[in-house]
Amino acid sequence: MQLDIRIPIGLLFSVIGLLLVVYGAVSGSPLYERSLGININLWWGGVLVLFGAVMLLLARKSLRGLPGLPRRDR
Amino acid sequence: MPEVHLGAVDYAILSLYFLFVLGIGWVLRPYIKTGNDFFLSGRSLPAWITGLAFLSANLGAQEVIGMGASGAKYGMMTAHFYWGAVPAMVFVGVFMMPFYYGTRVRSVPEYLKLRFDEKTRGFNAISFAVMTVFSSGISMYALAKLLGIMLGWNFNLSILISALIVLVYISMGGLTSAIYNEVLQFFLIVAGFLPLVFLGLRDAGGWSGIQSRLASVALSSGYRSDAWTRTWGIMGEASRNPMGVEWFGMAFGLVFVLGFGYWCTDFLVVQRAMAAHSMSAARRTPLIAAVPKMLFPFLVILPGMIAIALTHQAGTTGFALPAKDGSYDYDMAVPMMLGHYLPSGVLGLGLTALMASFMSGMAGNVTAFNTVWTYDIYQSYIRPGRTDGHYLAMGHVATVGGIALSVAAAYVTANFNNIMDMLQLVFAFVNAPLFAVFLLGMFWKRTTGHGAFFGLLCGTGAAALHHGLTVPAGAGTLLKGGWLRGVVHVYPSEMAQNFWTAICAWVACFVITVLLSLLTDRGKSDDELRGLVYSLTPRVKDSGSGPFTRPAVLGAAVLASGAALYIAFW
Repeated sequence: MQLDIRIPIGLLFSVIGLLLVVYGAVSGSPLYERSLGININLWWGGVLVLFGAVMLLLARKSLRGLPGLPRRDR
Repeated sequence: MPEVHLGAVDYAILSLYFLFVLGIGWVLRPYIKTGNDFFLSGRSLPAWITGLAFLSANLGAQEVIGMGASGAKYGMMTAHFYWGAVPAMVFVGVFMMPFYYGTRVRSVPEYLKLRFDEKTRGFNAISFAVMTVFSSGISMYALAKLLGIMLGWNFNLSILISALIVLVYISMGGLTSAIYNEVLQFFLIVAGFLPLVFLGLRDAGGWSGIQSRLASVALSSGYRSDAWTRTWGIMGEASRNPMGVEWFGMAFGLVFVLGFGYWCTDFLVVQRAMAAHSMSAARRTPLIAAVPKMLFPFLVILPGMIAIALTHQAGTTGFALPAKDGSYDYDMAVPMMLGHYLPSGVLGLGLTALMASFMSGMAGNVTAFNTVWTYDIYQSYIRPGRTDGHYLAMGHVATVGGIALSVAAAYVTANFNNIMDMLQLVFAFVNAPLFAVFLLGMFWKRTTGHGAFFGLLCGTGAAALHHGLTVPAGAGTLLKGGWLRGVVHVYPSEMAQNFWTAICAWVACFVITVLLSLLTDRGKSDDELRGLVYSLTPRVKDSGSGPFTRPAVLGAAVLASGAALYIAFW
C-alpha cells in the first residue's frame, strides 16, 4: 500500500480531538445548555484523541511488521 | 429553520478536514502512474478499507439526510433499507464477486460484454454514465441548498468550491484518493453523529422514552401504538403502517429486486471491491461493509425518530420541525437536530461529517463515471487500441468532464422543481431489471445476448407502463404516475408504488430474457463462458487464516446478525 490510511485518519482525529478538548476546557457552561449541561466537547474530544492515537499506533505497528516496506515520514 | 451560527472552532475543524482531503491526494500523487493505478487503485487495497468504502460510497449525504427524514416520517421501518440490504451484500460477496474479480474485468459493463455482447454492454455503460453524472449533480445541489439554509452560504460559491475540491483530489489520487476519503468519511459520520444520538436519547429518556413518545405520534396518526418502532410486525396490511406497504411488496420489491439490483450490479459500489488486493479480500469487501451497515440505523434513523417525537410535544420541548405542504419538512430533521443539541465544537464536527458525505458521494460517482467512460465508451467505441498512457490521460479529462457535467446537472436540478423526483424514477426503471439479467447470466449458461438486451428493454418498458397506469393515493402531479389513460390501480403510498414498479420491471425482464434466450442461438461456447457462468467456473477455494477471514463463514455470521436485529425490532 502506498500510504497507510490509518496515518491521516489518526492525525486528523487526534488534532480535532485536541482542539475539542482545549475548547471544552476554556468555554463557559452557558454553551452547554443545549447539550443537557454536559460538556460534550471535552468528553467527546477525549474519545477522539484516544481513537486517533490507536490508529497511529496500529499504523506504526504494521510498519514495523513489514520491514520490506519503505519508511515514510508522514 | 433558524440559521445555525458557527464559531471559530467549527470553521477550524472544517478547514482541517479540507486540508487532509487535499493532503491525501497530494501524498498519493506520485503513485498514480498507470491506468490500473488511477481507475482500480492498482488492485492493492486490504479488505477493511474497500469494505468501509463500499459502505460509504452509498452513504452520500442525501442518504444521511433522507434516512433521517424517513425515520421521522416512517419510523423504524426505515431500517428495512439497512437490514434488508444484508442478504444482497452477502450474495454479492459470496456468489458474484468470483465473477467480477476472477475475470479481471475493469467494470460491470465490461462483464456484460464478456458474458453477453456489445449492445448489452453499451446499453448499461451509457445509462450508467448518465445516471452517475446526475447523481453527483443532485448531491452537489443538495449540499449547496443545505448550506444555504443552515449557514446562509452562497449557492454558487458552495457548488464551485465543492466541485473544485473533488476535482483536485481525484485528479491527484484517482480511485485510491476517492476510497481513502470514503473511509475518512465513515469515521467522521460516526464521530459526528454519535454525540447527537447520545444527547437525543438521553433527552428523550432512552429507548423506552422514545417508544412511549412515538406511541402518541402513531396513535394520533391512526396507527397501532408501536407503528413507529417495529419493522415487520406492522406490515400485515398496507393500511396498518405509515409507509403504506404490505410485507410482500417490501420483501420482494425492496429487499429482493431493488436491494439485490443495487448492491450486486451497481458499478459505483462494485468498483470498490474490484480495488481489493486479492480474491478473498474482494469477496469479504461487501461482507465487512454489512457489519457497520447493520448498525447505521441507530446512527442515522434514530435522530429522525427523536426529531418527530420531540416535535409532537413541541410545547414542552421547544423543538418543532418546520411545516411544508400541510405536513412537516422532514428533510430538515437531521440538520435541525444537529443545531438543536450540538454546541459549537462538536457542531463543527457534525457539519464536517455531512460535508464529507456529500463530497465523497460526489467523488464516488465521478470515479465510477470516469472508468466507465474511458474503458467502456471511449476505448470501446471511440478510440480503441491506444496505449495505457493515452487512456490514463483520457481518465483525467473524463474527471474534469464528469465534474463539469455534474455542475451543469446541479443547476438543472436547481431550476426544475421536479427533476430530482423524475430522475430517481428513471433510475428505478433502468436499475430494477438489471439484476434479472445478471442472475440469469451468471447461473444459466443458456442465457443469450439478445435475450439479455431485449429483456432489459422490456423490463424498463414494463416499469414505465406500470408507472403510467397506477397512482399513489393523493397524487397531485403526473410525475407520480397515472399519465396513461385509465388508471387501473391506486396504491396507498408512493413507496408501495415504487416497490411494485420494480417488481413489474424485474418479472418482465426475467420472463422475456428466458423466452428470448430459448428462441435465439447461444452465440458463445462453453469455453468462452468459462469464468463467467457459475456452472462453468471452478469453485473458489474459501481459504483464510481464521474462520472470519473465510467469506462463507463471515457471510453466514453477518446474515445471522441481520436476522437477530430484525427479530429484536420485529
